[in-house]
Amino acid sequence: MSLTLEQSPPASPPAPPAPPRRKRRTSALDTGGAMVWATAGSLSMCLVAIVGLLLLCFFKGSTTFWPQPIHEFELTDGTQVMGEVTRDELFTTEDGRELRRRLVRVGNYEFTGEHFRWITDDQIASESNPEWALMVERRQALERTQAGPFYGTPKALEVDGEAVATQPEEIWKRFNELHGESVDRQLERQDLEKHDVGATNRLSEEARIALREVELRHGVDSPEWAAQEVEYKKVVEDATRRYELVRARIDHLNEENARVRLIMQAADGQEQSTPLADVVRAVPANQLSFAQSVGVYFSRWWEFLSDEPREANSAGGVFPAIFGTIAMTLIMTIMVVPFGVLAALYMKEYAKQGFLISAVRIAVNNLAGVPSIVFGVFGLGFFCYFLGVSIDELFFQANAPNPTFGKGGILWASLTLALLTLPVVIVATEEALAAVPNSMREGSYACGATKWQTIRRIVLPRALPGIMTGVILAISRGAGEVAPLMLVGAVKLAPELPVDGVFPYVHAQRSFMHLGFHIYDLGFQSQNSEAAKPMVFTTTLLLIAIIVLLNVVAIRVRSRLRARFSTSHI
Amino acid sequence: MFTQNSKMEEELTPHSDPSGKLPARDPGTAATTGGTAPIGGVFEAISRGESFVTETHEELAAEDPVVGIEDFDLHYGATQALFGVSMCVPRGKVTALIGPSGCGKSTLLRSVNRMNDLIDGVQTDGKMTLNGDSIYGRKVDVIELRKRIGMVFQKPNPFPMSIYENVIYSLRIDGVRDKNLLDEVCELSLKGAGLWDEVKDRLNSNALRMSGGQQQRLCIARAIAAEPEVLLLDEPCSALDPIATGKIEDLIDQLRGHYSILMVTHNMQQASRTSDYTAFMYLGRLVEYGPTGEIFMQPKLRETEDYVTGRFG
Repeated sequence: MSLTLEQSPPASPPAPPAPPRRKRRTSALDTGGAMVWATAGSLSMCLVAIVGLLLLCFFKGSTTFWPQPIHEFELTDGTQVMGEVTRDELFTTEDGRELRRRLVRVGNYEFTGEHFRWITDDQIASESNPEWALMVERRQALERTQAGPFYGTPKALEVDGEAVATQPEEIWKRFNELHGESVDRQLERQDLEKHDVGATNRLSEEARIALREVELRHGVDSPEWAAQEVEYKKVVEDATRRYELVRARIDHLNEENARVRLIMQAADGQEQSTPLADVVRAVPANQLSFAQSVGVYFSRWWEFLSDEPREANSAGGVFPAIFGTIAMTLIMTIMVVPFGVLAALYMKEYAKQGFLISAVRIAVNNLAGVPSIVFGVFGLGFFCYFLGVSIDELFFQANAPNPTFGKGGILWASLTLALLTLPVVIVATEEALAAVPNSMREGSYACGATKWQTIRRIVLPRALPGIMTGVILAISRGAGEVAPLMLVGAVKLAPELPVDGVFPYVHAQRSFMHLGFHIYDLGFQSQNSEAAKPMVFTTTLLLIAIIVLLNVVAIRVRSRLRARFSTSHI
Repeated sequence: MFTQNSKMEEELTPHSDPSGKLPARDPGTAATTGGTAPIGGVFEAISRGESFVTETHEELAAEDPVVGIEDFDLHYGATQALFGVSMCVPRGKVTALIGPSGCGKSTLLRSVNRMNDLIDGVQTDGKMTLNGDSIYGRKVDVIELRKRIGMVFQKPNPFPMSIYENVIYSLRIDGVRDKNLLDEVCELSLKGAGLWDEVKDRLNSNALRMSGGQQQRLCIARAIAAEPEVLLLDEPCSALDPIATGKIEDLIDQLRGHYSILMVTHNMQQASRTSDYTAFMYLGRLVEYGPTGEIFMQPKLRETEDYVTGRFG
């Protein structure tokens, strides 16, 4: 082709040869195909990691409460074992055989001395799912005997020591009739102990502190003290009388509850008698229909969400932890947002930009990178031991040597986390303020507005969505933080919530339970770690759900604000 | 201020050409009024940094000045942006500031309501008065001063709130609570800005959802709601399409007489269409200032003629 062209005679006088056009090249990397793969691949990796984590928590966490079938094993050595299979795996024996082994939750700790037991297939002579196998979840409310699950078959239902039912169907029927009453009595007793007994104790304690105050002010020999002592004795006497009344009612309830007992027979034939009041629930797991299983599942979830923990936190509920987490996060947010926003406002709107402000900005950014445990140490040293002890010395001298504010508590924990999340809020607010067009500020100044009027009416409303982003980040960070809390007030088991019906209703000095700390405690501090493991996942699921919930609320607020301030033109 | 102007007029009068035709003067004739005789024309003199006196037409002597500017200098840090500007803004008239980019038009405009105070390192020298009250005096309350001056910016900058709240913003910040008064001011201002019929049914909708031209008229409504003594317009149409520009120009025409307007524009047709007086600025100096017709048809300086006829700039 080119040859013929060269040979053809030129039609016009030859034009001066055009300078050779520089060849432009694009490397394979720059054309983008590779980069698309690299970027998309990175995103996929992130997604897989996050979705994998969430799915693991979801599946492990949501299956914890589903009732599992109860197996009865007859072993080759003649012993009988009953329980739920919690793990099922293959392993290689020393002589090279592949063998199946199962971890069975055997319960009945008072007889077996163990919670779980590995059973290999070559140990098993026969295996069955007895129809009337019953799993009884027990608490130690009425009798300080063994708590925890009991696996066995119902033997009898006794009222006043006499068996009123001996056949499983009959026992189950009577149990369901009587269980409700017992639990109601149990709850009433719990209520009396918590509130009425608590109130009488508080009365005498307050009187004691009042006496101590008088003593500190006037001395033991003063007439004021003598008068106060008379008052004190009167109050104590009164409190004791009221206590006796409550006590009598409690004793009555206990006696009533002790009358009705469930007799269970374990697989190995040993019998166990439990008062109905100590039975949380009994599950005939092998004969449940699907609907009944769902019922058990949700009743366990409800207990988990609304009740207090039992059995060293490995069973029961986490309500105090939920409450503590949310309360602490809210207090933290209330503390951190005004401070962070005001600080950022000063840095961006008022301060003269220069070396000093740049240095402050760098310091704030670095603060975000300080390990959280350092904040914990600081919080313990500053808030608890310095501020708290000072408050105690000023206002709570009569309580000494018991610390009131001079120890970990929800207020100090919230303040510590507020300090921890302060950089997040400051940085986000500064960016949000920087994103407000200067033309709007100028427009406001031109109308004769002062700096503060401009900030309040123009800048802040416009920057609010961005500030909310900072708040969301702070909430996520704060609600999920655990390490500093261990030092400043999160505890394994808090007997009282920080908010209750007793004056002054909010007790900011009280230590509290926290879901994150609860997870740590379940996973690493529990004596019965195998039983606690599923609870770790369930609690994790719950913590994630709560953080998502808090975030969703904040995001809803933000998108409402965005809609209000969205620009459509120019 | 006024006396200063008249003095300048007296100086200038002998050199203004009574015949109205521009003679082919020697370059630099105009500048001889200043006492020094720059060689090679006014622009060369300016770029050499020589002192220079504005060619102010005598018609301005008859006007009643709202804003008086006297020998006004402005420095951004080490850079000087305005050099000895002296002019008056006549009451009830529209005055346009024209000139090539960077000549200091906007700087001069923003000096009137002291918006330049917001920029670090700005220093001013000279006098400026608003209805006889000093603008740059030591005891002047800038906030009070700005309340007396309205300003509209190059880009429409409605606030992120409802149309109603935008218009009455200056009353809100003054703490006015009287709902009837607010409604009345809102309606009057929107009518004044020719926007009432378009928005009267959606006063509570977000101002940011309006079109660009509507937003700019809203900004004008916001500015006139405060009953300003002078209205500053900083290239009010540069971000708008021709139709919106036309509406704004019509509006400026309607505002003439009620308000004293000082506007900056890049568009010479706009200046010639809308203004009563035109001031031509170059490199921080006010070169020539006179009735718009004269500036565009028979300017006294050739440099002005070159600029308005598009020979440069």
